[in-house]
Amino acid sequence: MIDGIAIAAIDDEFFRDRSGGGCIQENRLFCPGWVADNYDRYVDPTLQHLVLVLSSVAAGFIIAFSLAILAHRHRWLSSPFLAGTGILYTIPSISFFFLLLPITGRGAVTAIIALTAFTLQIIFRNVTTGLRNVSPDVTEAGRGVGLTSKQLLWQVELPLAMPEIIAGLRIATVSTVALATLAVFANGGGLGAEIIVGSNITFKTGIIVAGGIAVVMAVLFDAILLLTGKYLTPWAKAAR
Amino acid sequence: MTAPPLAAGFGLFGDAFNFVFNKQEAETGGVLVGGLGQIGELAAKQLEVTVLALGVAILLALPAGLLLGHFGKGEFVAVSAGNAGRAIPELALIALMATAVGVGLFNLVVALAILGIPPILTNTFVGIRQVDSSSVEAAKGMGMTNREIITKVELPLAIPTIMGGVRTASINIIATATIAPLAGILTLGDLIISRNVYGDAGVLAGAILVALMAITIEGLLAGVQWRLTPRGLKLQRS
Repeated sequence: MIDGIAIAAIDDEFFRDRSGGGCIQENRLFCPGWVADNYDRYVDPTLQHLVLVLSSVAAGFIIAFSLAILAHRHRWLSSPFLAGTGILYTIPSISFFFLLLPITGRGAVTAIIALTAFTLQIIFRNVTTGLRNVSPDVTEAGRGVGLTSKQLLWQVELPLAMPEIIAGLRIATVSTVALATLAVFANGGGLGAEIIVGSNITFKTGIIVAGGIAVVMAVLFDAILLLTGKYLTPWAKAAR
Repeated sequence: MTAPPLAAGFGLFGDAFNFVFNKQEAETGGVLVGGLGQIGELAAKQLEVTVLALGVAILLALPAGLLLGHFGKGEFVAVSAGNAGRAIPELALIALMATAVGVGLFNLVVALAILGIPPILTNTFVGIRQVDSSSVEAAKGMGMTNREIITKVELPLAIPTIMGGVRTASINIIATATIAPLAGILTLGDLIISRNVYGDAGVLAGAILVALMAITIEGLLAGVQWRLTPRGLKLQRS
């Protein structure tokens, strides 16, 4: 439980079962000995964090992508979708967790729903912008060679919109990695549970290690998506 | 647990409503919590830190973005700032600030401003770079100075992009101001974080109020954007 978070003394449980006691007592800005003795305690929170991020971004992508395709076919849907996802984007995640409290209770599912809601606007906006920026000459040419609307969408428009789509995914993923540290407030686990340990936030090395893992995770996701984008759009390289 | 979950959920929303308007005994006993007086204080504090931090972020990032954008310098820094800013875990930032630097309003505002600066800097830079170069050339031809070109041509034309950055910054700042009680400043987030004091009714009330405040501020900024956008740009869109 993470009730009653306050800046308090390091609690006993945290103290007893860890070998890096000296680091906790001195509590300097960064204590390398702590990492050497305790790296294993970050494995589970890191994996939980990965699950939170991947589920949220995947769900967000499926929903936002579908909405964008719908809005591409029926232009009038674009404004209400943009406004709706805009409100979900604006509501702070930590507030969203507890708005869901009466419905889904506390836990990882609640955290994933709130984080998914956050990603929708970013992905929706980028997919629609990408599709809208496809040159009319290209779509005309596609129709000219007899492509159906469906073929045009999947074989011409979406591939050309790929750079924008990937850019949206990068923003959504990096932001979600950072935001998912807040999942601890919803009892959703993740790296936030190593920033707020038990009921305190006073152990500096622990905060730096957990926060550092989150930053590295964000950078890695960003690099993977960047490379995926390059792989999926070989013509962009050829054009240069 | 005889009531169906949905009805129970409705009941909790009722409790939250009640919490906002009527004082009640804290879960920990003794003191009275909730009621418009306390809620007002917490909301005012959240608004105060949000406005201060957003103000500081704009004061620092806007001029920097305008100058870098106008002279076309420092693209790497200006654009990477936005990317790097997104990767900062808010919780770690606030926790580290509270433990390593110290609690207090000034430190909190600095930490929140750090979250607000990257999107404003990046969007201002990008917005200025995207201004049609023929407009800038025309301004030069009319004999405008650099200062006039920035304030009378580039800034107005870049308003939609710049305001996009300001709105992103404000969303980040309000969200993070919610966990400010960890750094010793009691905002509406205290209702959410200190569940053992306020109970589930207080938690839900806090969540609703934070969401309403975020949506209201976002709406106001959208209004500001509309007012500041030059008429010519609005015509182009419709």
